[in-house]
Amino acid sequence: MTRELITGNAAAAWGARLARADYLPAFPITPQTEIIETIARWSGEGVMDCRMVMMESEHSMITAAGAAAATGVRVYTATSSQGLLYGMEMLYTVAGWRAPFVMANVSRGLAAPITLESDHNDILAARDSGFLQIHCATCQEVLDVTLMAYRLAEDRRVRLPVIVNLDGFYLSFTREPVNIPGQDAVDAFLPAFDPGPATFRAGHPVSQAVAVLGGAPYSYFRYETALAAQAALDVYAAIGADFFARFGRRHGALERYRCEDAEIVFFMMGSFSTKAKEAVDRMREDGVPVGLLRLCMLRPFPTELLRSALTGKRAVAVIDQNLSMGKGGILHTEITSALYGYRNAPPIVTSFVGGLGGRDISIEEFFEIAAINRRASETGEIPPPRLLYTDTELREIRKLQAIAHVERQEEIVP
Amino acid sequence: MTEARFQRMKDLPSTHLLGAGTAMCAGCGGLAAVTEVYDVLGENTVFVNAAGCMTLLSVYPFTPFRGSWLYTAMASAPAGAQGVRDALDILRAKGRITPEEDLQVVVLSGDGAAGGIGLSATSAAIDRGLDFIYLCYDNEGYGNTGQQTSSATPHGALTATDALRSGFAGWKKDLFAIWVANKPAYAATVIGGEPLDLARKLEKARSMDGPRMILALAPCPAGWGYDPEHSVEIARLAVKTGIWPLKEYADGETVHTRLPHPRQPVENYLKLQGRFAHLFEPARDEPRLKEIQDAVDAYWAPLEAEHAGG
Repeated sequence: MTRELITGNAAAAWGARLARADYLPAFPITPQTEIIETIARWSGEGVMDCRMVMMESEHSMITAAGAAAATGVRVYTATSSQGLLYGMEMLYTVAGWRAPFVMANVSRGLAAPITLESDHNDILAARDSGFLQIHCATCQEVLDVTLMAYRLAEDRRVRLPVIVNLDGFYLSFTREPVNIPGQDAVDAFLPAFDPGPATFRAGHPVSQAVAVLGGAPYSYFRYETALAAQAALDVYAAIGADFFARFGRRHGALERYRCEDAEIVFFMMGSFSTKAKEAVDRMREDGVPVGLLRLCMLRPFPTELLRSALTGKRAVAVIDQNLSMGKGGILHTEITSALYGYRNAPPIVTSFVGGLGGRDISIEEFFEIAAINRRASETGEIPPPRLLYTDTELREIRKLQAIAHVERQEEIVP
Repeated sequence: MTEARFQRMKDLPSTHLLGAGTAMCAGCGGLAAVTEVYDVLGENTVFVNAAGCMTLLSVYPFTPFRGSWLYTAMASAPAGAQGVRDALDILRAKGRITPEEDLQVVVLSGDGAAGGIGLSATSAAIDRGLDFIYLCYDNEGYGNTGQQTSSATPHGALTATDALRSGFAGWKKDLFAIWVANKPAYAATVIGGEPLDLARKLEKARSMDGPRMILALAPCPAGWGYDPEHSVEIARLAVKTGIWPLKEYADGETVHTRLPHPRQPVENYLKLQGRFAHLFEPARDEPRLKEIQDAVDAYWAPLEAEHAGG
C-alpha cells in the first residue's frame, strides 16, 4: 500500500488499474478526460494491461463497453454530463443486456446554458436506466468504490453495470491523500471476471438482446432486471463488509454522520456533504443537535436503511444539487416517497436546491437550513422549497444583465 | 479458401444455414442476401444488428442463426462490433479463449442506419481499421416502419413520407463511394438475385482482415410496391439496366464484376414498381424518366467507352 496525494480522477483511474480492467472504450469530455488520459499513459508505460480504443461518441462508447462486457472481458469507461446524455439510449440498452462493467461519471451541469461545472442533473437523468449508481464524496471513496463496484456488477445475483459518480472539479480536480492498496490485496478481494456461459464463442452460439413480442415477456425481463437491482442492496452490504475486513474502510449505501442523537438531519449526496460535515461539527459545538445522512447508493435505493436511520428524527433537510423543472429537487421526491406512510417518519421534510453548476454551498447556508428546520419542527409547518441563492449573487447577475443591455445598446431599466 | 470456391452456380450450397420461418415479408430481397451471405460465412459468426427490418429475425426464444447474435441499437452497431472484436482479441491475447473459439464479427444494418443515423459510427469503425464485415441490406427507405424516405431512396421514388406524391427530389446517397473514400480493406455491391457474384465476393471478403463492406440492394415488395414473386426478376433488372452496378473495391481499385451489355432501358426496372408508377400513369413523365436514364448513362459512359476501346 502507498499513500499519495491524487485527484478524484486519478483515484478513478487507480480503481480501474487495480481492478485489472481489460478494456477501455473512451471519449473525452471535461472534467472526465484526465481519467482516460491517465489510463492511456499507464497502458503505454506497460504498467496496466488495458486495451484502449477511442470512440467517436459516448453512444458508441457505451455500446462498445456493453458489447465487450457481454463478450467476457472486464470493461471500464468514463464520461460526464452531455456525454452521459448522448449515450442515454445505450445506458438503458446495455443494462438490459445485463452486461456488467463500471463507468465513472464526473458530474457536470447540463446545457443549456452550457457549463463545465458540477451538479447532479446529468447523473440523475440516468436514474431509471438500470445502471446501479454509487455517489462519492472523497477521492479515497472513488478508488475504493470502483473496486467494490466491479464485485457488485459481476455478482451473479446482480449482473448489472454500475456508475460511480464523482463531482466535477470539487472532486475530479481536487487532490486528497489516498491510500492506494497493493495489487495482491486487491486481487484477493476482486477475483478475475467470470463471465459465465452467455458469451460469444465459436461452437457456442448465443443470441443476446433479442426482440420480444408483447408485453408479457417484456414485463418479465424488465421485472427480472428490477429484482436484480434490488438484490444489489444486500450484495453491496456483504461486499462492504468484506472490503472493511480487508482494507479497514467502510463504504455502504448510506453514510451516517453524527446522526444517532440528531434531531435535524441534512440529507444529500456527493462532495458537498464534506462541507455539511464541517457545518454539523460547528453546530454541535454550539449544542445544536444536527447530523448528516449521505446517500451513497442512489440505485438501488436503500429505503429500509433510510427509514431506520431517520426513525424519530424531528426534521430532514434535503439538499438537492439538481433541479427537476416543474417539480423541484429530485432527492426530495426520492426520500419523501420512501418515508410517506412509514409510521416513524420524521414529521418535517424540507427541500433546498443548491450547488447548481458548481455554485458553492456555504457553511452559513447549512446553519440557516438547520435554523429553518428547527423552526418548522416547532411550528409544524413545512416551508416551501427554496433555492440557495444570495442577495450578493443576485446583485452580481443584475450587473451582468446591465452590461448585456448596454452591449445591445438598449436602455438600462432602473 | 479463396473465391475460386465458387466458379459455377452448382458450386453454391444446395442447403441453407439460415433457418426458415422468420418474420420477414414474402419476397424480401434483404433476407435473400442475408441467407446467401450466411451460407458463405458460416456459423462461426456473430451478427451485430442495427435496428431495422432484420431486428425481427431473432424474436425470443427463436433465432434462425446457428451462430451468435447481438442486437444493439440503430446508430451504433459498428461500435457493438468494435466491443465484441476487441474483447475477442483481448481474450485471445490473454489466452482466455483458443483461436478456434474466435468469431467473424458481422454488422447487419439497413440503409437507413447505414447512410444516416449510423453513418458516424460506421465511418469511425473504418478509421480505426476495425476487423469486421459490414452487411447493409439496402431497401432504399426506412422499410421496417413502412418505407419512409431515407438517404438511400432513389430519385423519383414515392415513399410513405412523400406528402406531394411527386417522388423523391434528391438522389440516392452513394454509400459505396463513401466507404471507398475511406480506403477499407474491401467493399462490394451485391444483390441476392445474383447469387454467384455475391458468393464470390463474400468468399473474398471472408479471407481478408479489416473493414469490409457488402452493400446488397434489397428489393422490397412491401416498400417498392410489387408482387413478391417478382423479387428475383426486379433484382436481375436492377443489374441489367445498370441502375445497380455490381462492383468491388480492393487494393485501391474499383472493378466492375458485371458490365451489363446490352444495357436495358432503366424504365424496364422502374415500371414494375408501384413507387415509380407515377412516372408512367396517368401520363409518362418524360423529363423525370430522362433524368433517371441520364444519370445511369452518365455512370456507365466512361466504363463502356473503356470497354469499347479495350
